[in-house]
Amino acid sequence: MPDTVIRAEGLGKRYLIGHRVHREGIFGEVVMRGARNIWRKGIDLLRGRTVIEGDVIEEFWALRDVNFTIRQGEVIGVIGHNGAGKTTLLKILSRIVEPTEGRVEITGRVASLLEVGTGFHPELTGRENIFLNGAILGMSQREVRARMDEIVDFSGIEKFLDTPVKRYSVGMYARLAFAVAAHLETEVLFVDEVLAVGDAEFQARCLNRMSKVANAGRTVLFVSHNMAAVSALTRRALVFRGGMLSFDGPIQDAVAHYAESLSRMSVERDWGRGTNATLLEASILNGDGHPSDRYEPGTPLRLRVVIETTGMPGMSLDVVLRDEHNLPIAYYSSSIFSAISLPSVAGRYACTLTLAPYFLASGQYCFDLMTNYNKYHGDHRVDNAVRFTVELCSPGGIPFDFSQSLGQGTHAMRLGAPLLFEPVPEPAGGEALRG
Amino acid sequence: MSASQADSVRRLVLEAGGADRQYWLDLWRYRELFFILAWRDVAVRYKQTVIGIAWAFLRPFLTMVVFTVVFGRIAKLPSEAGAPYAVMVFAGLLPWTLFSSVLGDAAASVVGNGQLVSKVYFPRMVIPLATMVVALIDFLVSLVILAGLMLWYAVIPGWQILLLPVFVVLTLLAALGPAMWLAAMIVKFRDFRFVVPFVIQVGLYVSPVGFSATLVPDEWKLLYNLNPLVGIIDGFRWCILGGDSPIYLPGFALSLAVLGVMLWWGTRSFRRTERSFADLI
Repeated sequence: MPDTVIRAEGLGKRYLIGHRVHREGIFGEVVMRGARNIWRKGIDLLRGRTVIEGDVIEEFWALRDVNFTIRQGEVIGVIGHNGAGKTTLLKILSRIVEPTEGRVEITGRVASLLEVGTGFHPELTGRENIFLNGAILGMSQREVRARMDEIVDFSGIEKFLDTPVKRYSVGMYARLAFAVAAHLETEVLFVDEVLAVGDAEFQARCLNRMSKVANAGRTVLFVSHNMAAVSALTRRALVFRGGMLSFDGPIQDAVAHYAESLSRMSVERDWGRGTNATLLEASILNGDGHPSDRYEPGTPLRLRVVIETTGMPGMSLDVVLRDEHNLPIAYYSSSIFSAISLPSVAGRYACTLTLAPYFLASGQYCFDLMTNYNKYHGDHRVDNAVRFTVELCSPGGIPFDFSQSLGQGTHAMRLGAPLLFEPVPEPAGGEALRG
Repeated sequence: MSASQADSVRRLVLEAGGADRQYWLDLWRYRELFFILAWRDVAVRYKQTVIGIAWAFLRPFLTMVVFTVVFGRIAKLPSEAGAPYAVMVFAGLLPWTLFSSVLGDAAASVVGNGQLVSKVYFPRMVIPLATMVVALIDFLVSLVILAGLMLWYAVIPGWQILLLPVFVVLTLLAALGPAMWLAAMIVKFRDFRFVVPFVIQVGLYVSPVGFSATLVPDEWKLLYNLNPLVGIIDGFRWCILGGDSPIYLPGFALSLAVLGVMLWWGTRSFRRTERSFADLI
């Protein structure tokens, strides 16, 4: 195939990680362990091997057996949870790290954006940093000079161009950094989660720019957690899961696959156990009753929790809703608010909480889950157990997104009765007061 | 844009242990990054200092004064061929300072630029190479002091001074070899970070900086030249003091050979570890 731009075959990347064994030892034992570690490190050094901290060393495959082909002009989303191998893939493709096994063939001039503002030097001015960052990203000085005006325009910080960037606010810094990155023009571009900077207006501008890039016939690999952005920009996506490529296909199916694996993922984190009632897994349910990570404002908020109980009476299931800053915004307790306890027969139960419709602002949320004994005594607690996203909040039906990032709270208030305007007669002596 | 056009037909194969045959070509392609990084280091070096570039004058000058007093006045060591002791010391101090700052900066450079290494690809050798520029600029500043000293003591250089650039290049190469090896080792084993200042401290006294190499007994001379700095400092003195300070040729050849081996070894070990820098840093 002449138009194949990237072909990966059996790609894998292994890391060695060290663990510290947490053992309270007697002094002599600790000293012995320390001595053994130094001895081992010394041998590693003599053999030219890498020194790894820890008592036990383990292999860890960040990526394994990954195969895919990408054709000229394709725009591909790469999605997966944290630690699924997305960034490792990007690092291999952009030649920063070497694969442990397998191979990749890439045709064309490649640039990668693993972060914005790589190499920015705090002492240098905005203008100087544009040149520095441009060169680091692989632009020639001629290219940077030719696009200088565009970059400055895009960043919107013309006034501070000759100020050292250490005096910049975080937002200004991010704007300048993205502005340089956005003007990178290569045939193949890898982008890792760099849109999460700046305010809403600037993010919209970045997305716009990205879609322009995507439509210009260039090959783009785009890693993001922002499903809305990925869906809007790409037609095909690779879904990663535990270092494996678990799905490769049309974006809608990929997003669905990801959402499903997300609900299953909650099982993977070790939640520990409670004494009498253990929380096993939980997820949000969508309108069809399937696990999801989306909530549509104005519909009942349904939460399904699987609990294992010893049959202890008087156990309560409590939930705390948190916004994207992890601040608590709402609370529900089955025993306090509904006078309902968990079943008093030992066993596993799937409990579905259907909460009255909310108009939650768009953004990220999560639930903390708890089982309590006797109303207040905690039994099992899982913080940030269920995460979900509200993509769009527009209670009035007009095209406006009420977002958490606006800083006006997390609830869109609804009218309980039609908005009423009544004429009020002017108070007597109003003229005098005004005088 | 002709460079990028040439790139577009290029096919890149990434695999385990795949030595990149185009490495040196790549290094050339990234020459702009070299200049930019060098410029960055120079631009940043004296930011937020009060006397700025004057530091580049002050440090070698004060060292020269101390050495002249300690070795010339107190220890009463003889100078070379009747040249003023201050000029002789300074002629040795010039290459030594250049050598030690390149060694120190370049060895620490890869870890110091870890942020870049873990986020962007480029031939990593650009980093230690770029650090040489700062040291070179400080060196040029010190040359001005040397000129002042020579005027003061009325030392007139011969035609040999024209060969000085050759010895400057040799100094850079002499520093680059061990520096690249150390840079690669520091990425892997941070222990080596403590080795560099020690080597520089000891090297100052092992090399004929504060005294003349002619003080070394003849039977030890060849052995002494295993230190490549000996040959280079001799060369500098030969250039600056004219034919009065002759080069000991067999020794000089040995110094060059050691220099060459170190450069080869440094490049080789750097190239070998370079591919895993991002994993280790």
